[in-house]
Amino acid sequence: MGNKLSPISKAFLVLIFLILYAPIFFLVFYSFNSGGTMYDFKGFTMEWYKELFQDTRLLIIVLNTLVIALLSALIATIIGVIGAIGIRSFTSSKARNTVLSLNNVLIVSPDVIIGASFLILFTMAGIKLGFYSVLLSHIAFSIPIVVLLVLPKLQEMSPTLIDAARDLGASRWDVLTKVILPYILPGIFAGFFMALTYSLDDFAVTFFVTGNGFSTLSVEIYSLARRGISLNINALSTLLFALTLLLVVVYYFITQRVRQTGMGGKR
Amino acid sequence: MRNKLSRNIYFIPYVLWIALFVVAPILLILYYSFFDIEGNLSLSNYQKFFTPVYLKMTLSSFWYAFLITVISLLVAYPTAYLLTKTKHKQLWLLLIIVPSWINLLLKAYAFIGIFGTYGVANGFLEAVGIGKQQILFTDFSFIFVSVYIFIPFMILPIFNALDEMNPTLLDAANDLGASRWMTFRRVIFPLTIDGVKTGCQVVFIPALSLFMLTRLIAGNRVITLGTAIEQHFLVTQDWGMGSTIAVFLIIIMFLIMFVTGNRKQGV
Repeated sequence: MGNKLSPISKAFLVLIFLILYAPIFFLVFYSFNSGGTMYDFKGFTMEWYKELFQDTRLLIIVLNTLVIALLSALIATIIGVIGAIGIRSFTSSKARNTVLSLNNVLIVSPDVIIGASFLILFTMAGIKLGFYSVLLSHIAFSIPIVVLLVLPKLQEMSPTLIDAARDLGASRWDVLTKVILPYILPGIFAGFFMALTYSLDDFAVTFFVTGNGFSTLSVEIYSLARRGISLNINALSTLLFALTLLLVVVYYFITQRVRQTGMGGKR
Repeated sequence: MRNKLSRNIYFIPYVLWIALFVVAPILLILYYSFFDIEGNLSLSNYQKFFTPVYLKMTLSSFWYAFLITVISLLVAYPTAYLLTKTKHKQLWLLLIIVPSWINLLLKAYAFIGIFGTYGVANGFLEAVGIGKQQILFTDFSFIFVSVYIFIPFMILPIFNALDEMNPTLLDAANDLGASRWMTFRRVIFPLTIDGVKTGCQVVFIPALSLFMLTRLIAGNRVITLGTAIEQHFLVTQDWGMGSTIAVFLIIIMFLIMFVTGNRKQGV
């Protein structure tokens, strides 16, 4: 495996990275265009950013998006961890597999189907479309991801650890909070983080279950983009990109530290 | 016994979630598919689905999803392969993943600027002497942007499969006199087929149901199953027909998972 990359291989990788990042830098670049279009760079300006921060409606939408993401990730993490611990305690592998398949349905389902079926569900249940319907759907589609990220950590844990704790007189609650939860903490973090990004990123499901009064960033960008180009979106995406990079760096250092302390798995 | 009872108590939120947000929505979709637009119980939606209009749409939806999957695979496999050979491969992989964390709508929006009449792509075509072309709102732009969006999801499972492969197998093949192509065909590819299957699964199913891209990038020229579902649910309010298409999409989804099945848990 140790052989060096040939120049052609290197060029190929560089090209892939260029293509992957070009649209993002394109957005960032034109967010400073005083010309007001995504071609023909006229001159540097910060006016789109200024406009962005004066747009209270948009700021409220950003706030909504963040509140939904944090709340849904938190609740989904709690329910998902409970679910994962429950699934692990199943003794029959048939029951376990059934629950796992049901767990995975929302991961493999196309967003459109999740969105449409939730729309029917909320309408039938008489839940008004808006904040709560969006929050509930985000919790719903984040739970299976948390379960999938926590479960391997639980399976990695040796059952003798729990037996030892019991022998030493730990109560069930102690076993959970002092043995199990600390052990699976990296999985819980990963689950929470993934749930957060899923929620921030989701468009299709949210699009189905937001009513008229409520909107998240993705939905708002969609309706703005359908109307055409406005450099406010560019300014917004620049800020979002910076935020994403920050999150990635934080995430990278957390996983690196976790790996160093020997808590992270093979990956 | 006491153990079992207490397990069931804390398992309740998770089970409730499965019942309400996994099982109920699918049943509701099925239930609604038997109602026509006036709310009468009938099979007319299913009759309608088997008319040339809908069958043609299903076929073209398949064709686009197939093209998107194949092109993604052709780009992703060499990329993943070369990535595993780089130094700091985890960091490079992370950099490949970063663009997938940027909101999908923003990336689509960027391509509106790039492919637009006065965009960079046309500027390039003009510079090399081909002249301005209509790029936005064509099949090409739709497939290009879709591939762009799905590539990271294809690279990730293939990278993991390649990374897990035991390098001594390659040495063995080498020692036994296999050519590089032979090694790839008989050793590397079969050993990473699970990653390829997972990649195809996570690209093909969402590609059948993209609807925002068809609107933003393909200018409604491409109609996928997802577009049709969205149209019926949110525009024409014919939930019955929308549900019927969704039922078929769910069936197709299960078939694909069955064909590409036997994949290892946790990607």
